[in-house]
Amino acid sequence: MKTFQGKTLSWHVLDGAIELVLDRAPCNEIGSATLEELEQFAAALAARQSEAHALIISSARTEGFCAGADLRELYRRTQGMDLDARLGGLHDFLERIHRVMNAIDAAPMTTIAAVNGLAFGGGFELALTCDLIVADKMARFCFPELRLGLIPGFGGIPRLKRDVGNAVVRDLLLTGRSINATKSQAVGLVSQVTSEGDALRIARATASQLRKFDRATAVAAKRFIKPIPYDELRQEIEIFCELFTQPAVEAGLRKFVNSTDALPYLP
Amino acid sequence: MSSLQNTTNEVLRLAAEHFKVPREQLSADDDFFKTLGINSLQTLDLLTRIEQHFQIELPDYELQGVSDFRTLAERIQSRL
Repeated sequence: MKTFQGKTLSWHVLDGAIELVLDRAPCNEIGSATLEELEQFAAALAARQSEAHALIISSARTEGFCAGADLRELYRRTQGMDLDARLGGLHDFLERIHRVMNAIDAAPMTTIAAVNGLAFGGGFELALTCDLIVADKMARFCFPELRLGLIPGFGGIPRLKRDVGNAVVRDLLLTGRSINATKSQAVGLVSQVTSEGDALRIARATASQLRKFDRATAVAAKRFIKPIPYDELRQEIEIFCELFTQPAVEAGLRKFVNSTDALPYLP
Repeated sequence: MSSLQNTTNEVLRLAAEHFKVPREQLSADDDFFKTLGINSLQTLDLLTRIEQHFQIELPDYELQGVSDFRTLAERIQSRL
């Protein structure tokens, strides 16, 4: 399928680049509906990978790139379930989202995240699957999971560790603070910072440049320089599920869902 | 180094500019959530503007419990 219009996202091919556009109010939170459409996208990506030299992931939401997992849905769905059922459902969700993330990470084309606004939690993790991150100057990146008694669960820690120094990983993970695009570029996370609202345009310009290069060489270079940390990704799922059984997590989720605080994402 | 008064005035100017409200409607002791009617995402935008303008890093947790422009300016001042 060359184009797809779903409830939470769409994709199309433009100038030899596949463009995946997230579009679910308020800020592309990843719940079961988004996951199902991301799975469809991953299948289409595998089928059409010979026809495109690049993939650009962006957001149609002015609020930001993606605010991460849909915690309200997670809380609602797990209410009334016993621990085994909750864990089973969670494990299944994580396995599925990891398959999608791994497929994007390993795609035999150059992948670019065009980030506007916030890329928090799972949104940050989605951006980290890409080879390049182009961020507009209002972008912010954050792993707020410790607030809930959890760690990032969509592959964030191994992928962040792959890209930047361990001290930066500890800073982001252990403080839960968000960093802006300028800081993100300074630590090596972001490839290019653009003016406000220009991330997608610059990502497209970058994709056009990539088109000039021999496709097989670009794929070989990517495979050589960007190993996928499969073992650590598996460990992350296990640690996440183990932490999820702690009473602090349910309390943290409840607090978040019921919060009227103006800054509910703060640790 | 800027004085706290200068920093407060700059924060008020930035907020007025970013959220498109008349500067004269804002004062240092205003609760910016109420006065500007902003949510958490918009607060992050203001944080980014502040970091860019003052060329500082202001971790989000420094904003915890802060709701008026003067206290926000004090947090900024300690990073200048």
